[in-house]
Amino acid sequence: MPTTIIESKDFNLFYGDFQALKNINFQAEENTVTAFIGPSGCGKSTLLRSFNRMNDLIEGVQTTGETNINGISVYDKSVDVNELRKRIGMVFQKPNPFPKSIFENVAYGLRIDGIKDKHIIEEKVVSSLKKAALWDEVKDNLKKSALALSGGQQQRLCIARALAIEPSIILMDEPASALDPISTSKIEDLIYELKKNYTIIIVTHNMQQAGRISDNTAFFYMGELIECDDTKTIFTNPSNLRTQNYITGRFG
Amino acid sequence: MKKLKENIIEKLLFSSAIFTILTTLSIIGILLYEAIQFFEEVPLFDFLTDTQWTPLFDDKHFGILPLLSGTLLTSFIAIAIALPIGLSIAVYLNEYANKKFRKIIKPILELLAAVPSVVYGFFALIIVTPALQSFIPGMSGFNSLSAGIVMAIMILPFISSLSEDALFAVPKNLREASYGMGATRFQTVFRVTIPAANSGIIVSVILAISRAIGETMIVAIAAGQQPRLTANPLVPVETISAYIVQVSLGDVPHNSLEYRTIFAAGITLFAFTFLLNNVSFWLRKKYQRKYA
Ligand SMILES: Nc1ncnc2c1ncn2[C@@H]1O[C@H](COP(=O)(O)OP(=O)(O)OP(=O)(O)O)[C@@H](O)[C@H]1O
Ligand SMILES: [Mg+2]
Repeated sequence: MPTTIIESKDFNLFYGDFQALKNINFQAEENTVTAFIGPSGCGKSTLLRSFNRMNDLIEGVQTTGETNINGISVYDKSVDVNELRKRIGMVFQKPNPFPKSIFENVAYGLRIDGIKDKHIIEEKVVSSLKKAALWDEVKDNLKKSALALSGGQQQRLCIARALAIEPSIILMDEPASALDPISTSKIEDLIYELKKNYTIIIVTHNMQQAGRISDNTAFFYMGELIECDDTKTIFTNPSNLRTQNYITGRFG
Repeated sequence: MKKLKENIIEKLLFSSAIFTILTTLSIIGILLYEAIQFFEEVPLFDFLTDTQWTPLFDDKHFGILPLLSGTLLTSFIAIAIALPIGLSIAVYLNEYANKKFRKIIKPILELLAAVPSVVYGFFALIIVTPALQSFIPGMSGFNSLSAGIVMAIMILPFISSLSEDALFAVPKNLREASYGMGATRFQTVFRVTIPAANSGIIVSVILAISRAIGETMIVAIAAGQQPRLTANPLVPVETISAYIVQVSLGDVPHNSLEYRTIFAAGITLFAFTFLLNNVSFWLRKKYQRKYA
């Protein structure tokens, strides 16, 4: 019986008066990759960001229903949101390294966690860069500014930064949409590699990408989760007509 | 016909540009001309090392250090107060305050810089000094402390407003990256936002310093007119700018050595602000490129 790591139950989210998510029921199991697909504005990013409560940063956001991460209800008052975010890595659409050195970017999470031991920090920086398949390209230039890296390298640096604090979940919001095909395939290989140890959710507009890397696919439409199933089933035999239309490119 | 009109407009614009440049050049030229005449009589070495400035007395000394120390002391006090407060305001407005509050409070803060400095001068002399005297016994009626404090109020908006602009210009996605890592607001502000905005913040501080160094009325009114090489904020001092006012308004004959002292003092002041403005210009250029 696989363990459920992420679960949304009857989850609604409002930006002021606007309801962006409608009664979402969603589950993701340990060490799987789930792709979120759907037309622009359907709420993929919003749901993704609800898992680690990034929506808290936006004024006027209200939620109802439940979100459980590792069995803990994260919108509970007793939950420390900073601790929650430390257990969930996040990678954004546009690479967003800090204007610091490569080393300091990866060390950031460790430093804010209060880790001072140089050896521990160094060790984790190196292993995270290796996991993010960036080590060979930067090992001689760890002091160089992260902004001097190419877009694809920056994105892998952001992945390394997220991995350094050893999360169990990684959320990716269109991580390859701003990258060239070669960088994209590197990121995809990386995701494939990471899924052995992490539960991954990835938002993508690229159907082939969803097909290549995900185990499950969730299709959203106007704030609703239309269906979520095995990626193969969704792509070959969706139960909803809108899903089929979207996948075959008839709208969206 | 149309071409002729454009031609005339272009010539007009060109000549006003030339006019501005010529004005600046002639100011610098006159400053240099008079200063060179001054240094023909007073060795540059004495000017830079003598610890007394008494050009209007019988025993004449022409050491700029007392005036310079007065200028630096009042400016230092002003910056020491305005920097932490201005930066805190900037961080508060940018990171903690809601948008509406920020929108209302920023122009109000900027008004502080629009108050005529003569008003600040009297405020320092008539209100701040007596208030300070009530718990600092032995403080003189003229002193650099109250001038510095009031000057801090005047330059506060330079720091708070320009630093806030710099913080505001930090891309939102950097903050998101930090919050996404589980950083607190405080950690995000001090480890990501401020470092990312640092060149803009430094520019704001340099502009504030250069404003403080050139400030005249506040120090002329509240800090006194006694050139004195001291770091004591409780006694009267004189700044370069206040000295220039004092002599310009006095009855020193033109073309005398005494008269030329104001050009020597003026060129010193000019050198300082010129340097600061250039540093800030250079930094701003560097900073604008960063997120382009
Ligand atoms: N900060 C916000 N304030 C108000 N409304 C918002 C905000 N962010 C998103 N929305 C709205 O919520 C809806 C869902 O947005 P969301 O960003 O989740 O869509 P998405 O599926 O990720 O779209 P895309 O594929 O374009 O990234 C949209 O209608 C959007 O306009
Ligand atoms: Mg999105």
